[in-house]
Amino acid sequence: MKRIALVTTLLAGALLLYGTGDFPPWGDPNAPASRHVSPTYIEGTVKDTSIPNAVTSVLGDYRGYDTMFETIVIFCAGVVVVSVLRRPDA
Amino acid sequence: METILDEIIAKYNYWIYVVLMMIGFYGMIGKNNLVKKLLGMNIFQTAIILMFISSGVKKGGLIPVLDKQAALEHGVNSALINNPVPHVLMLTAIVVSVSVTGVALALMQRIYRRYGTLEENEILEKAQR
Amino acid sequence: MKKEYSLPQDRPIGPSLIIEVAVRVMIPFIQLFGLYVIAHGHYSPGGGFQGGVVLGASFILMAIAFDLKTSLRFFSIRANAVMASSGVFIYTGTGVLCALLGGLFLDYSAMDALLALGPVEWRSMGVFIVELGVGLAVTAIMASLFWDLASGGDMEKGL
Repeated sequence: MKRIALVTTLLAGALLLYGTGDFPPWGDPNAPASRHVSPTYIEGTVKDTSIPNAVTSVLGDYRGYDTMFETIVIFCAGVVVVSVLRRPDA
Repeated sequence: METILDEIIAKYNYWIYVVLMMIGFYGMIGKNNLVKKLLGMNIFQTAIILMFISSGVKKGGLIPVLDKQAALEHGVNSALINNPVPHVLMLTAIVVSVSVTGVALALMQRIYRRYGTLEENEILEKAQR
Repeated sequence: MKKEYSLPQDRPIGPSLIIEVAVRVMIPFIQLFGLYVIAHGHYSPGGGFQGGVVLGASFILMAIAFDLKTSLRFFSIRANAVMASSGVFIYTGTGVLCALLGGLFLDYSAMDALLALGPVEWRSMGVFIVELGVGLAVTAIMASLFWDLASGGDMEKGL
């Protein structure tokens, strides 16, 4: 069983390393991750929202909908642990 | 030979994170104990978070916390400031990782109370009887 | 003069004077720092999640150094549930309030109809209110997760 797991892991690792051939080099300012919507956020964060911290303005204002559901996720985790573990006072 | 060396210098951070990912993956599928599987999953998630954050770095970039006076006067050059979007997405990923770990530990306590063991093969034997 | 030192693995786990005094001094400063990280989310790295985890860690430290009953005396289970629910309620309530006042859901500049500060300033205020809600929810859930997992569900017995 452990040999199958090891072979699978090495195969998956080789596939992923072959896939990093398509990545842009590390530290490239023209990478696709930094081009489409990210300059809008960086340039608009003091003009439109008067928050100098770009991470907080993206988290709370531009992508506030995702943060709301993330808060609901952590609340649900707390509720699940209470309902699974707490015994009634017997 | 030179192209391989160029590739290694340009992308060695992704290779390190792929190695870390595979360590976590082996822990998830190759170990029998449930707690070890959970730790493997945690290592996997941490490696993915690191990979995303390192993909948004720019050469000579400053942190995404700007100076309010300078930004109001001169404006902001977005090629010199690191990308804030992967940071935001990975905050959500860290919170999800914590939630999944908490729920998994709670389920493991119930499994232990019910079956008396935390080894996967023994649990499967007892469940099939 | 010969003294008998017991090995560390022979001593029972019990109250220790150094740890109790040190933790009693440290906890107010940890909580103050957590509130600082929540409040300064606009101007330095920080925000709701980070400050909430630091605040929750202060209650976990109290449960580890003293007893579970001591930690429950300062932050009861009912107060925990109220705090978590009110954190989520503040976040969703702000969004619904913005929708009721004429803008889109979670469009903070629509709250300009309540108190005239300017739409740009209201976006900053809206993010602050929302981070407060997130901080409350994360604090309560961190403490509740630790209590439930470490005591196995039975709060009367202790850790």
